[in-house]
Amino acid sequence: MTEMLEHQAIGRGPARRDGVRKVTGTAPYAYEHPVENPAFCHPVQSTVGRGRITAIDTSAALALDGVLAVLTPDDAERLANTDDAELAVLQTHEVAFRGQIIGAAVAETSEVARQAADLVAVTYDQAPHDVVLSDSRDDLYRPDAVNGGFPTDSNEGDIEAALAAAEVTVTQTYTTAMYHQNPLEPHTTTARSEDGVLTLWDSTQGVHPVRKAVAKVLGLEPDAVHVVCPYVGGAFGSKGQLKANTVLAAMAARAVPGRSVRLALTRQQMFDVAGYRTPTIQHVTLAANRDGTLTGIAHDVVEQTARIKEFAEQTAVSTRSLYAAPNRRTSHRLAALDVGVPSWMRAPGECPGMFGTEVAMDELAQELGMDPVELRVVNDTEIDPDSGKPFSSRNLVACLREGAQRFGWADRDPAPRSRREGNQLVGTGVASSVYPVYRMPKSTATVRFSGGRYVAEIGAADLGTGTWTSLAQIAADALGADLASVEVRIGDTRYPEASVAGGSSGMTTWGSAVVEAARAFRAKFGADPSDGDEVEAAVQANPATDDYAMFAFGAHFVEARVDADTGEVRVPRMLGVFAAGKIINARLARSQFLGGMTMGLSMALHETSVMDPRFGHVVNHDLAEYHITANADVGEIDVGWLDEHDPHVNAMGSKGIGEIGIVGAAAAVSNAVHHATGVRVRELPITLDKLLG
Amino acid sequence: METELTLRIDGQDHHLTIDTRTTLLDALRERIGNTSAKKGCDHGQCGACTVLTDGRRTLSCLTLAVTQGGAEITTAEGLGQDGGLHPVQQAFIDHDAFQCGYCTPGQVCSAVGMLAEYADGWPSAVTEPGTTAELDHDEIAERMSGNLCRCGAYANIVPAVQAAAPRREGTNAGGAR
Amino acid sequence: MKPFAYQAPGDVVDAVRSVAEDPAAVYLGGGTNLVDHLKLGIVSPDLLVDVTSLTSAEITDGDGGGLGVGGLSVGAAVRNSDLAADPRVRERFRVLSQALLAGASGQLRNMATTGGNLLQRTRCVYFQNVSTPCNKREPGSGCSALAVPGRPAPTHDGAGWTRNHAILGASEHCVATHPSDMAVGMAVLDARVRVLGPDGERVIPLTELHRLPGDAPERDTVLEHGDLITGVELPPMRGRSAYRKVRDRASYAFALVSVAAVLDVADGVVRDVRVALGGVAHKPWRATRAEEQLRGAAPTPANFRAAIEAELTDARGVDGLDGGNAFKIPLAAATVTAVLRDLAASETGDPR
Repeated sequence: MTEMLEHQAIGRGPARRDGVRKVTGTAPYAYEHPVENPAFCHPVQSTVGRGRITAIDTSAALALDGVLAVLTPDDAERLANTDDAELAVLQTHEVAFRGQIIGAAVAETSEVARQAADLVAVTYDQAPHDVVLSDSRDDLYRPDAVNGGFPTDSNEGDIEAALAAAEVTVTQTYTTAMYHQNPLEPHTTTARSEDGVLTLWDSTQGVHPVRKAVAKVLGLEPDAVHVVCPYVGGAFGSKGQLKANTVLAAMAARAVPGRSVRLALTRQQMFDVAGYRTPTIQHVTLAANRDGTLTGIAHDVVEQTARIKEFAEQTAVSTRSLYAAPNRRTSHRLAALDVGVPSWMRAPGECPGMFGTEVAMDELAQELGMDPVELRVVNDTEIDPDSGKPFSSRNLVACLREGAQRFGWADRDPAPRSRREGNQLVGTGVASSVYPVYRMPKSTATVRFSGGRYVAEIGAADLGTGTWTSLAQIAADALGADLASVEVRIGDTRYPEASVAGGSSGMTTWGSAVVEAARAFRAKFGADPSDGDEVEAAVQANPATDDYAMFAFGAHFVEARVDADTGEVRVPRMLGVFAAGKIINARLARSQFLGGMTMGLSMALHETSVMDPRFGHVVNHDLAEYHITANADVGEIDVGWLDEHDPHVNAMGSKGIGEIGIVGAAAAVSNAVHHATGVRVRELPITLDKLLG
Repeated sequence: METELTLRIDGQDHHLTIDTRTTLLDALRERIGNTSAKKGCDHGQCGACTVLTDGRRTLSCLTLAVTQGGAEITTAEGLGQDGGLHPVQQAFIDHDAFQCGYCTPGQVCSAVGMLAEYADGWPSAVTEPGTTAELDHDEIAERMSGNLCRCGAYANIVPAVQAAAPRREGTNAGGAR
Repeated sequence: MKPFAYQAPGDVVDAVRSVAEDPAAVYLGGGTNLVDHLKLGIVSPDLLVDVTSLTSAEITDGDGGGLGVGGLSVGAAVRNSDLAADPRVRERFRVLSQALLAGASGQLRNMATTGGNLLQRTRCVYFQNVSTPCNKREPGSGCSALAVPGRPAPTHDGAGWTRNHAILGASEHCVATHPSDMAVGMAVLDARVRVLGPDGERVIPLTELHRLPGDAPERDTVLEHGDLITGVELPPMRGRSAYRKVRDRASYAFALVSVAAVLDVADGVVRDVRVALGGVAHKPWRATRAEEQLRGAAPTPANFRAAIEAELTDARGVDGLDGGNAFKIPLAAATVTAVLRDLAASETGDPR
């Protein structure tokens, strides 16, 4: 068991340390870092879905006043490593998807760069493209593993036999849409190549992973790449892995050495090259006894990847651990299409997967005539059905009970379409939430005593998650020092290596590294250190993972109101109750949870990237047509958490909270809409046309 | 084509020779070095570039700089007085009404402009016709809907704006929904 | 974006002359649509003529100007937010104030002008993307919303994404809709548009300003190059009015269907009724057939529904991606029925 910290600063709710900079707009994001005389880069994109570039005429672009360089596959620098086709920017004349970056203009101003990019004339030998995901394709394939390194399939017992023998069954198909992360800050970079050092002010979830990946692609020593990112204007997974835009910015900078080059993808370009969540087709089967006990669970998923690079979302993996049943099967099959590369988006796997499973559970409850909260309680388990290990802590039932009480669930008439107020059909729904506790293998922190203050340095990221503030709380408690006496420095490869901000692993991983460093510091220098005393230490593997399965759990409760005339859906009330270990910062944690829930509401009601199969691109590629929730869509959101004590996860007792808020939220909305209207919407988003009439 | 003009930003004059194509947003961010207003969509679809033009909230991404000679432009950087924060900014910090912070300067400017509109008696789409609106949850949410927040801080933005609203006699504008 | 010159002339006559003389010149109003389109490459003028400070930004009572008591004259430069908030508009033309407030966002309403709003262009995603064919943007190139001409489509042909597209009055060349809420609110008021052209001033009924696409979808309106909208006249209105916008988000989204209605009930029958629909056609759609059917009839939900269903007899959905847009036909019927039902209920004081 890890030695737990004594919580002093941890658990309180200090305001964000970067608050003043953010409300005044003076926190510098990647594009905004002050540099002398910057140049500007604008990408050129393919306008065919597949084919070969036969000619590129750059003469008109080069003839413009103020153009410094035009990069094309004809003459762009040859990259040292092209193993990752997504990052092999301008290395081939083959077009793999519509919107692929096939050139760039660099100019004195952004206006001229964009005009020059428009003037690059490209001719193609066009080939037919194929961008349509379907579960009836004959070329679906089984990936070797799915994201996170999980096995592609799982199989225990005999699901078909369970189905045949079951008293009650649900067999349905659920689909989630293609989603784009759409952080408000586009993918942006300011790049400069000078004196053998490439400096990237890049909007990223991890400066060290970017340094490593860029160095590999360009054939540089990691020391020759300096990446800086103190602030990120949202990411949601889309800035977790190096993408083509950053490589292009580096290439542009190397084309005009000594000059800083700024590159910001347009919102439209983000829909093509900045990642997205695959659409999913989920076949879910539940078999149960009359008392609600599950005897079989099957979750078979079809989703897409890009022909040039595989990304297999682990959609069915969380189903393996959520409920007990003797017969269980999950599988993932992929269609490789002529599309951009899908990637991480907030809770990859859990988020889409729990839509299928948790709507199916609601359907089962309805079949059984059983309360959907009770059905979940009946199928709770102390042992992770997938690994066979006990959970380090599992408080799903407590979340459901606490939530039901807080939400007023007891008053609910279970009959669908049973409550009408004026012209509105009113319903409520529930869904479970689950998210694993991840700890990344590598992260190192430095703790130094300097000028009467403690300074903790680590190359971590703050995506709006609050790292600037919460790491300071952890450092303070680990040092036994006042919060005010601790300074944290992050977001720069000058600081020790830190893992990517992904998998809700930041606090567990970086926090543990900071704790290690702080403890080593105290062990070495005691309570009265001298100026300049410094220690570096790294996160250790957690031996408790051999003995325990580690997850956070939660329960969503939603009220939906549907206009009886028009089918318009409004959600005046959401409640999420979570059991996620020790909450480091109460104020910021609440924001994380409600942010996830709000994005789940957005997924439920609004979001869908419409792929036009005739052209091969997402046609609603802007924020006017790709709807994310606006302020008026959001009603009252109540967030609660249990005071959960888990001594196994890490020294803080924390589980990670960035993603669990979105998991299950869309299912709860769909279940509430069904309760309101009697219409079961199995295809997201729940738009009014699906409820009309 | 280039033209000369003077932009007045946060109380300071800036003399520029500028491309007629340059938007006010790009003039701020790429010429003047004021990056308070953010570029989220560049097409009037997110509100991150919101500034105050002669006191009214507007979108700097759809405003050509060349049309703005003589206008008084205020960004979130210039809202506070005597080096302090504007009450709306302080309320945003207190209510944790942001996460990544990228939409925040636009939200703040929009809130300041919106409160002035409300004080002038302007209605919104959810105001019951023929009545004067109370600044409740629904009124604030509707009036602030031109500012998208992908982090999903709306549930904190509304109470922050409510808290920063000037109190009126006999109302409960500061109360929670 | 191609470079352009910028001009701010001293008066409207100079402005009209400048634009009329130069086929590549355009007027700049609030900029909310034009600057958007400049960036997307949808238009590439050589000259922008700024008219925001030239036409009137005043709203004046119409009794002196032949409009009749209760009428209003609105200058073309009046911002949407000022028009929506004007106490006279709120009092006399509730439908217009509501339509304006349903449009866009607070920031955009502070920028958009009355004249410019009438001339805003469609939100069709194929019109807005210069890499896809569009007859409105590039006559003869084809309509991508309906079918992609001459493109090898090994797995897919047929229509595109038509959620925002027309169910009434479309042609084989264009199925786009007009996106303005304000124009729908004005259409139901029998507003008139004042236009200054190279040959002088004229007045056009608002319902005749916008066109159906026919075989010339590149023309949104009947205006000729150089014509400048200088104002809108609102004649006095009798009865109660309302605007209802149905959309995919609670705010800050374009209409799937919107309904502007004016209802005047006397002695238990409909004395007058006017209905206009937004989001369903290339222009604000006056439901004249429904109006005729309802005049003199009892103001009952059954009659309202029968009337709008008669109006929608010729409505056609496009079976496009993501379910197409045929759902707009029942949605339009339901929304019109609901708006008239609610107006009738408020007229008689009946709780609904």
